[in-house]
Amino acid sequence: MEQLASLIAATLSAGTPLLLAGIGLLINERSGILNLGAEGMMLIAAAAGFAVGFHTGSATAGLIAGAVAGVLFSLIFSGLAIGLVTNQYATGLALTLFGAGLSAFAGLAYVGKTVPFQTNFAIPGLSEIPFFGTALFKLHPMVYLALLLTGVVAWVLARTRLGLTIRAVGESPESAHAIGFPVRGIRVGTVAFGGACCGLAGAYLSLIYTPLWVEGMVAGRGWIALALTTFATWKPWRVALGAYLFGSVTMIQFALQAEGVEIASQLLSMLPYIATIVVLALVSRNPAFIRLNMPASLGKPFHP
Amino acid sequence: MLNLRRSLLLTAMLAAIGLTAGLAGCGKEEPKPAAKPADAPKAAEAPKAAPKPEPLKIAFAYVGPVGDGGWTYAHDLGRKEAEKEFGDKIKTSFVENVPESADAERVIRDMASQGNKLIFGTTFGYMEPMLKVAPEFKDVKFEHATGYKSADNMRVYDVRAYEGAYVAGMIAGKMTKTNTLGFVASIPIPEVVRNINAFTLGAQSVNPKVKTKVVWINKWFDPGKEAEAATALINGGADVLLQNTDSPAVLQTAEKMGKLAFGWDSNMTSYGPKAHLGSAIINWAPYYKKAIKDALDGTWKGETNWWGMKEGAIDVVALGDMVPADVKKMAEDKKAEIKEGKFNVWSGPLMGNDGKEVLAKDAKGDDKFISGIMFYVKGVEGKVPSNK
Repeated sequence: MEQLASLIAATLSAGTPLLLAGIGLLINERSGILNLGAEGMMLIAAAAGFAVGFHTGSATAGLIAGAVAGVLFSLIFSGLAIGLVTNQYATGLALTLFGAGLSAFAGLAYVGKTVPFQTNFAIPGLSEIPFFGTALFKLHPMVYLALLLTGVVAWVLARTRLGLTIRAVGESPESAHAIGFPVRGIRVGTVAFGGACCGLAGAYLSLIYTPLWVEGMVAGRGWIALALTTFATWKPWRVALGAYLFGSVTMIQFALQAEGVEIASQLLSMLPYIATIVVLALVSRNPAFIRLNMPASLGKPFHP
Repeated sequence: MLNLRRSLLLTAMLAAIGLTAGLAGCGKEEPKPAAKPADAPKAAEAPKAAPKPEPLKIAFAYVGPVGDGGWTYAHDLGRKEAEKEFGDKIKTSFVENVPESADAERVIRDMASQGNKLIFGTTFGYMEPMLKVAPEFKDVKFEHATGYKSADNMRVYDVRAYEGAYVAGMIAGKMTKTNTLGFVASIPIPEVVRNINAFTLGAQSVNPKVKTKVVWINKWFDPGKEAEAATALINGGADVLLQNTDSPAVLQTAEKMGKLAFGWDSNMTSYGPKAHLGSAIINWAPYYKKAIKDALDGTWKGETNWWGMKEGAIDVVALGDMVPADVKKMAEDKKAEIKEGKFNVWSGPLMGNDGKEVLAKDAKGDDKFISGIMFYVKGVEGKVPSNK
């Protein structure tokens, strides 16, 4: 039982960076912008967050720095793709490559360093409960914050005027523009929000999940987060579900291996990707379903 | 509707292109410091002096980033030391993040056509690509790490990392409280399997009750996955971990969860001082110096160099303060024995974990035996992954 509890806890930790980045990219995409620079933003933020965490000795300062770095990096994307109406796909890819190089260069001084703060937490009282204490209440605060963020985003999107505006801009920027919404301003805002979330995810990786900076440490999680938004058909709670699902597949695979269960680990390594493909295939089978959920202007340039 | 689908498809395609491009990485060349100004007038005064011979151009292909703090970092330390030793007689460059795929062939061919005369491929997966390129460049010398195939102008070098794993195992066997060790393994090839076995044999030599659990992550470098595998092993009862992966994440996870672990490839003390029992390190510098000297002197010939503690290529260093003095002494004594050639890790009787005898009493495993190890010894749980 205790092992199952640890497994749940590890799954929640593993899914958190995916959830953070995924939820940010979801808002991005709901406003019609596809930012393929996620991986680059996460890398930049991981390096910046680690540097600040290292010098200040504070995880919070590091996380904030990561979010700020993500926002700044996303502004480059906004300037190019929204301001100058460059191709969103190419711009995003370029930023990913740029981010990978820049973070490697900037992080050079921090290779081999480690952060001075401790990363173990427990909620007093609740963490004493058998099973649930270990499974749910001994996690880093960021894990709960990510869930809270998901709730807030879901509520904003579905229930508020701001959410309605974002969705309108994503569905038909021309109509939104015609009735007087500042389409480009709103999109810069959502991209910045996406940058902040990807930044938090990157800093979470380098400060809390594996507290070290090494080049390329995001290791494709930015791309998984991008796939996640499609996997979740642009619905916030489904992003959370998908993030934990992907987190759990790796953890379950490793836990089985540690128990000596004979199962080809290569086969299990494929599972998250097979799951994405299956969902994509199922979703694409139904055109009405896609039309209902996918922001109609996703990835298309908008000239005011 | 069609547009929607098309753009989705386009996204996927671009994402794929981006991934490959990202993996391919980019080359870097370290600029040599400019010649001292004092040299310039001298050269002008003696115009008849023979022109300096062109430096020997040497290239290194790395599988990870030089900043990985492990495998590639150790290779790069070796490269830098060789550069210091030979000064302006050589000119080295490297390309990092070269995937073990068709990309490797392209990178290695590029290196050869750019005039590099000595090329080091520093991971097992470059074996076939190098073998393909080598016949096309007869005047270039190829050096491949940890493989088993060679050609007229391509030779193999390797280190006996298992000697470090054995000594680490002895320390682990003394330090474990649960009698369960954990091993985070990368790719199921003999190089890795024998390290798992050596670690277990070392532990069992001092504590026969020990068993080893293994988790394969099928990657050399992915700190997140390495940490997840370490977590799974600790949840499964392991309290001392070793890894054959390239980052310090396993050590850090042990530190976080209050367990013990080792550094691998490089000295990793700083990543988890409370958990760090010691680091089994590889020092590539002695071999790189030898290989470069061979090439400079014209004595380079096809041979296999497999270096261990004796040649100074393998060591276990920076033993932690929590290791008791008698355990430290035991480790040092064993290192001395291995150095003097008095001890062979692969000594019979050796039992496989399926109960069959692999080496009879008094038999010793030779290099051929060692390079083909694809089974677990007694004490390791599970089976080596294979598709058979």
